[in-house]
Amino acid sequence: MPDLKQSSPLGVYIDHLNKGQLAYQVCTDDGSAVFYPRVISPRTGSTKLEWRVSKGLGTVYSTTAVYAAKGEPPYNVALVDMDEGFRLMSRVEDIDPLAVKIGMRVRFRAHPGNEKEPPYPVFTPAEGA
Amino acid sequence: MSTLKRGSIAVVGAAESELGQAAPHTSPLDLMAQATHRALDDCGLKLADVDGLFVAASQVRFGPMSLAEYLRLKPKYFDGTLIGGSSFMSHLAHAHAALEAGLCEVALIAYGSTQRSVSRAAASPREYHYYESPYKPLMPISAYAMAAARHMHQYGTTREQLAEVAVAARKWALMNPVAWEKEPLTIEQVLKARMVSYPFTVRDCCLVVDGGGALILTTAARAKTLRKKPVYVLGTGEALSHATISNMPDLTVTAAAESGPKAFKMAGLKPSDVKMLSLYDAFTITPVLFLEDLGFCKKGEGGRFVSGGAIAPGGKLPVNTSGGGLSYCHPGMYGLLVMIEAVRQVRGECGKRQVKDCEIALAHGNGGVLSSQCTVLFGAPSTV
Repeated sequence: MPDLKQSSPLGVYIDHLNKGQLAYQVCTDDGSAVFYPRVISPRTGSTKLEWRVSKGLGTVYSTTAVYAAKGEPPYNVALVDMDEGFRLMSRVEDIDPLAVKIGMRVRFRAHPGNEKEPPYPVFTPAEGA
Repeated sequence: MSTLKRGSIAVVGAAESELGQAAPHTSPLDLMAQATHRALDDCGLKLADVDGLFVAASQVRFGPMSLAEYLRLKPKYFDGTLIGGSSFMSHLAHAHAALEAGLCEVALIAYGSTQRSVSRAAASPREYHYYESPYKPLMPISAYAMAAARHMHQYGTTREQLAEVAVAARKWALMNPVAWEKEPLTIEQVLKARMVSYPFTVRDCCLVVDGGGALILTTAARAKTLRKKPVYVLGTGEALSHATISNMPDLTVTAAAESGPKAFKMAGLKPSDVKMLSLYDAFTITPVLFLEDLGFCKKGEGGRFVSGGAIAPGGKLPVNTSGGGLSYCHPGMYGLLVMIEAVRQVRGECGKRQVKDCEIALAHGNGGVLSSQCTVLFGAPSTV
């Protein structure tokens, strides 16, 4: 369990993203992938959480194209199931948001952070991966 | 295991506040107070009789405290459970326990919102969530849109079938004098309306209006002495499954699959006993999911189930006879109004839209992003 005066789950996660890595946790008591990162393992309550780095490949579980403002082009919001067994919300880039399909294979990349916002994971199509 | 008894408590008073567009500077508490006055008048009880207070509202952070101050109540029992639109079904379940345990004798459940007047963003500010907020989903719409997309992918549900839900709601609304929408609606109009979050157009989404409501509940013994025929609480079920859509295990299965069976078990009833359903329709996908999860059709069949006007006036199963959140009223946390319509149907007060012999009605609340699910079964005196 982290010393919350020294480091936090989100802090460690962001450190990984700054290195271009998508990190997640595994509960070594039952072997399950844990995401978002936590202080203790959900269900088991165990403190035995280990950090791992994802291989970065996943599959679109669901998707929507968001029309936030009239006249502006839509953008994608998706839920991605990672091959390691965890799901996260993200965005599939480099493709028409309406062309993002459920079941599509996608690859992680880190969207760089700035002064206002930390980095966050996004995805690109990864056909055949 | 449930220690609560079917029929031990009843709804005796039910009322809406003014709905739609409130006057400038109207507060959510003004709407709660107006609905409370009307609900007390409905049953013949006085404000001083209220000794249990249940309040939830997105604009009033400490609901029980604020309404108790406004009404100068000193409740013996109070509860401010806040789990979104289903909060009030949860309040009713908790009132059931409190009334049975003798912790209070007359319970008031109240809600008010001025989200049309002050804007949805001001009425329900979103918490920043690192794992979702950077992607700018339109919440809660995009969450429900992704549930709909998944249902379409997995079960072949179509946008036309979803539009059927909005069209049915509109047909019912045209028979409800206090409904917001006054014009007919077609499937084509739903499909061609402005896209908001695919596959939803603005017509797949609930209204954004002002409004409030109140319910008065008491013990079965006291209910029999009051103005109107009691509407008995036959069963309740509450369930939580997640808070954020990225943590919902399966976007096509809601926790209504847990709350429904709990309520039916307590009531000793099955879906085929239900004459009318009041299902929280924040978006066209939600009645489809709840019809499946509550056992009115098989998983995946919801889209086909609602087709051909099946839940519209004259269809095989009356759903959302008020016109629902899609066409009657949706002030943000709509669950209290969901129950008011079910209560009125059991009483036989619904005029042109009255369901014949409506002895048993089901009211189902949804909160957050399909996150909290609470089911209530109401019955006429003949059912206890």
